[in-house]
Amino acid sequence: MTTPVQPGGTEGSSWTGALRRAGLRALPPEQLLPDEQPVYVASWVYVFGVATIAALFVVIGSGLLLAVEGPTWWHTSSVGLFFNSLHLWSVELFFFFMVIHLWAKFMMAAWRGRRAMTWVTGAVAFVVSIGAAFTGYLSQQNFSSQWIASQAKDGLNSVGIGAFFNVLDFGQMFTWHVALLPLGIVALVVVHVLLVRKHGVVPPFPAKTDTRSQPPSPLPTARDS
Amino acid sequence: MIWSAVETITAVGLNGRAYYIHWGWFQISAANLAVIVAMVVVFALAIVVPFRRRDR
Repeated sequence: MTTPVQPGGTEGSSWTGALRRAGLRALPPEQLLPDEQPVYVASWVYVFGVATIAALFVVIGSGLLLAVEGPTWWHTSSVGLFFNSLHLWSVELFFFFMVIHLWAKFMMAAWRGRRAMTWVTGAVAFVVSIGAAFTGYLSQQNFSSQWIASQAKDGLNSVGIGAFFNVLDFGQMFTWHVALLPLGIVALVVVHVLLVRKHGVVPPFPAKTDTRSQPPSPLPTARDS
Repeated sequence: MIWSAVETITAVGLNGRAYYIHWGWFQISAANLAVIVAMVVVFALAIVVPFRRRDR
């Protein structure tokens, strides 16, 4: 007697098999990596999401090199200064594209059609990115970072989180910047993209017809009753 | 030396004091305003500029 073949393979009792089948049910390969997109996606306004991710790749790549080489390198050597600038300007582009992506999706009401979590993960990624940028400014190891930290501590102390998030503690801020917040951003971006694959790109609003040019409807309306 | 070279090749000196624009209670640095204006312009262009599709 043969076991009926289920999507993702035969039924088994192992958690790996169950996980594989659940993954394939949620995101079949042709949906995870599609060959084409709906015709309405052929617009420049849809490129800013992937432009944001491209900038994030440069941010992470340049940041990894900065973390390996250290502050003396990024402040004094010409190559270090170049990668320091590359890290800054890729972050500028990351936020530039992300804000335009946010505007576009807000105008489209991109949370329509069971896409609420797609919107929420994007919004949370934006907020976490602000924290990552802030801790980056604190990690520069120069007068600018000292100034920003000394100004920020009063604001954070006033809301009662200064004892847990001490902006004057370089070690803590650097750890947030190079480990915790980047991991959070990458995880949120991965979930965000998977949700876009699962639910598809939000379609545009239906075109409105001018009712004044239409003949009167033979159907009764609320005004007739 | 590197910074002087950078200042020479850039149209705007990036190491000087930031220029701020005041409008009543509202205050913003010229650099931040320029970035916001650039984002609005790019957003508008992205909507109106046609996207050429590759013919299949």
